[in-house]
Amino acid sequence: MRLSRMKAGASEPAPSYRGTELMLYLDTLPMGTPAVIEKVEQRASLDPIATRLEELGFVPGEAVQVVATGPMGRDPIAVRLGTSRFALRRGEAARVGLRTAS
Amino acid sequence: MSSTASPQTPAPPLHIALVGNPNCGKTSLFNQLTGSRQKVANYAGVTVERKEGFFNTPKGRAIRVLDLPGAYSLDSTSPDEDVTRDVCLGRHRSEPQPEMLVAVISATNLRLHLRFLLELKQLGLPVIVALNMMDEARRNGLQIDVAGLQADLGMPIVPVVSLNRAGVVPLLQAFDLPLPAPPAPFPAGIDPHMEVRRLLAAHVVDPSAGKDRLTDRLDRLFLHPVWGPVILLVVLFVMFQTVFAWAQPLMDGLGSGISTFGQIVLKPLPDGILHSLLADGVLAGAGTVIVFLPQILILFLWILALEESGYLPRAAFLLDRLMALAGLSGRSFIPLLSSFACAIPGIMAARTIQNPRDRLVTILIAPLMTCSARLPVYTLLIGAFVPHHTVLGIFGLQGLVLFGLYAVAIISGVIAARVMTRGVKSEEHPLLLELPPYRRPNLKSLALGLWQRAVMFLSRVGTIIVSLNVLLWALSSFPLPPAGAPGAAIDYSLAGRIGHLMQWVFAPIGFNWQICVSLIPGLAAREVAVSSLATVYAIGATDDGAADKLLPLLSTQWSMATAFSLLAWYVYAPQCISTLAVMRRETGSIRTVLWAAAYLFGLAYLAAFLTYHITRAITGVP
Repeated sequence: MRLSRMKAGASEPAPSYRGTELMLYLDTLPMGTPAVIEKVEQRASLDPIATRLEELGFVPGEAVQVVATGPMGRDPIAVRLGTSRFALRRGEAARVGLRTAS
Repeated sequence: MSSTASPQTPAPPLHIALVGNPNCGKTSLFNQLTGSRQKVANYAGVTVERKEGFFNTPKGRAIRVLDLPGAYSLDSTSPDEDVTRDVCLGRHRSEPQPEMLVAVISATNLRLHLRFLLELKQLGLPVIVALNMMDEARRNGLQIDVAGLQADLGMPIVPVVSLNRAGVVPLLQAFDLPLPAPPAPFPAGIDPHMEVRRLLAAHVVDPSAGKDRLTDRLDRLFLHPVWGPVILLVVLFVMFQTVFAWAQPLMDGLGSGISTFGQIVLKPLPDGILHSLLADGVLAGAGTVIVFLPQILILFLWILALEESGYLPRAAFLLDRLMALAGLSGRSFIPLLSSFACAIPGIMAARTIQNPRDRLVTILIAPLMTCSARLPVYTLLIGAFVPHHTVLGIFGLQGLVLFGLYAVAIISGVIAARVMTRGVKSEEHPLLLELPPYRRPNLKSLALGLWQRAVMFLSRVGTIIVSLNVLLWALSSFPLPPAGAPGAAIDYSLAGRIGHLMQWVFAPIGFNWQICVSLIPGLAAREVAVSSLATVYAIGATDDGAADKLLPLLSTQWSMATAFSLLAWYVYAPQCISTLAVMRRETGSIRTVLWAAAYLFGLAYLAAFLTYHITRAITGVP
């Protein structure tokens, strides 16, 4: 049902289409654009990073926004998630699928 | 320590533990509850800080409290979180399960902290919830229906402000009540995130949700791709300026104070072995320890303040990509930079690195960062062997060589770190760093943290350094030379003999026996090698002019290849017992220390060997 679930281990996810909405990932979300988390993808059957992301509150329905990018190679990124802020590398952010907030 | 008490003894202290997410204000609450009645150590076998404290409730109930490492979940990902999980579940091998948990949550970040609270409900232990940072929540206009939330969660909630004593009184009073019943386990089949959302919707009104806060405005500046690094550079510059400039007069003062003290106290003693033991062994050893203290304390004041203010994780964010070149994360930067002053505070600062592998690698490469104690040796050898040429009109050749030594050391550190972290993809090594709100550092917490570092350094590391120093003194003093014997006394000592034996090993890298002998006392502190060289060459090391007198002597007696080989040796060799002692203390593992010493000595030997033979080939000296 979700195209993007089938991609395996890609570090540069291309946007894919789900219905008519553009599917984005957190690593490619432009700075300052508000978005809502759609899902967190597991890269392996027991992906500790995906698990940790969920524990930190990266769960479907949460609003997320990129607030800063690193000075070298625009990596890592800093995001605001509800009332908390996190720094994460793009490879980690690539697990977080988004839809743009309407 | 068993929790059962015989009938004669008064009621044993209630054993509780503080648990909570990182950045929930747990440590400042712990400091506020216990004041200076704290014991800081490591958990057996791991580099995780164990903090325990004692206090009494208003009604006089004695309480023993354990400050468990901050954790985001009981499903742990680090040794810190392992400890928290094992203690909470009663599975820890040396730590009994606490009788009650105090779950510390920040009122300003309930969305994150409530989820962990739901997880704690599964433990079947009584829980009191300390709703911290209520002052900040009020300032943000947050309205929390504490009674409603308490009823919904099934755990007593006590609002606290851990910044001042008055702010924790309600919690102290709560400890006088009978223990609450353990909460009912969180029902399976409900998504905890949905439950958190429901709780927040039902009991919390946040008028500032989604609005710009002070932290957001500061982050736009501090994390700015241009201004962020500029500000970081300024902060680091000021930091190291104070570490070097402010500490230096204190260190000089302490140093001369100790030697004056020694002269006054030891004056009545006749010259002889006892005098020498006390002056050159004990006092010199204690002197090395105490002289380090100002630098360590100033550095730690900065690190504690940067950490408490919330800036340290931002610095890690800015430097992450740079440190990724070495296979590390941004957190390793400050410890490594500190090591340029002295590896001892650098290794101690590695405590702020959460990832255990990063912490270990950072500790292992810290001795490669050129510490200030190498400078006297570098200055002597460069002065004696590198001519005063000017290169390209502006650069002095001597300065370039010195710069080269620093550069080689840094590059070697990066390569060593890369080798140690090989095979670990950055993917498996997440950054995932919380950027907490900026806060003004709490003076009481700073003072306590600084005090703990000082005590830890003086008691644990100090005793090792002093005893090793006495050992080195004994090696360099015994047996005594026969009466009227020519040459330096050290030549007749055990160290002298070892030095002569060592020459067998060190001849391939061009070291003569004088160098070998001076390397042994040089283990106490790198710069001591200069004065012991002077001793070996029997020109008297006592006066300050030792280096000046040595300089012409060395330039005629040594070949350039030998001098450069010794320089290369000094870039790598773990020529410092104190560093190895603090490494042992911080990693809790003698194997790690042996491994570090082996790899550093190996590198030193290899580098000196190559330098020696290449220089000989170039200079044409057979």
